[in-house]
Amino acid sequence: MIGRLVPVIIFLALGLLLAVGLKIADHKTEIPSPLIGKKMPEFSLPVLGQEETKVSSEDLLGAPFLLNVWASWCPTCRYEHPVITELAKSGAVRVIGLNYRDEAADAQQWLRRFGDPYEFSLADVSGRIGIDFGVYAAPESFLVDAEGNVVYKQIGAMTYEVIEQEILPRVRQ
Amino acid sequence: MIRKWINLAVMLAALSVSAAFAQEPLVFDTPEQEARYQQLTVELRCLVCQNQNLADSDAPLARDLREEIYGMMMAGQDNEQIKTFLVDRYGDFVLYRPEIKGNTLALWLLPGVLLAIGAIALFFTVRSRNRKLAAQRQEG
Repeated sequence: MIGRLVPVIIFLALGLLLAVGLKIADHKTEIPSPLIGKKMPEFSLPVLGQEETKVSSEDLLGAPFLLNVWASWCPTCRYEHPVITELAKSGAVRVIGLNYRDEAADAQQWLRRFGDPYEFSLADVSGRIGIDFGVYAAPESFLVDAEGNVVYKQIGAMTYEVIEQEILPRVRQ
Repeated sequence: MIRKWINLAVMLAALSVSAAFAQEPLVFDTPEQEARYQQLTVELRCLVCQNQNLADSDAPLARDLREEIYGMMMAGQDNEQIKTFLVDRYGDFVLYRPEIKGNTLALWLLPGVLLAIGAIALFFTVRSRNRKLAAQRQEG
């Protein structure tokens, strides 16, 4: 009797494994950030278009903000651009850009062409600050609270759904 | 026929050697240091193309990280410090051989557990078959 049940049990276990695999397949390439709940990395970066103005991580404290990692070479950044624009326009949260591994001229042209929703963009030309943030592909967005803690990370394009379900509730807190 | 297979094997070996390192020329103080660098970059995962290690990958981020690792080595940091630097930023996923701890335990133990289940199943299958055969022999 038990012998007969074994194949059924194995079948069910395998089915469960495959179901879980399918469920996480869409998010398989997303690496959970170890930064969540920690202080954001310290930095001091020039502002895109005003290279003599530097902004440090400390300067950004006081109100929550969304740090949106973007680049002119990144097609998905263009795809999410209307969503980021709408969030910035709504005024629900400060939206600051991190222009990642980009040429200043290309980046500025990109903003002229598609609109500049950012309060300002920080220029991380070498990508070194990106490494500190654990950026591995643009676009990525980090929600940082008023005290400078990273509270949420979105990997890939920002969506209205994520704004509604993940960003806004954390901003309102 | 055999010759054909040998040719194929040689060809594949040559291909794998040429693809082994997608790296920029770096200057090391000692051969040991260079070996350490190679060993380390092979053990670390490229975050962009996730089935490649840092040594093999041509992705810009992999290049940046190799540069970072090279810089840290030259500054006298040991392997643990370099790995910690990466894990702090990218998580355990960056390590091909993650530390054994709570959330990686299943990863380390499951293969052994599965092997043990297989061995036990094999043992019982063989034993019951032997018994059946012995019974048949007695009947016959």
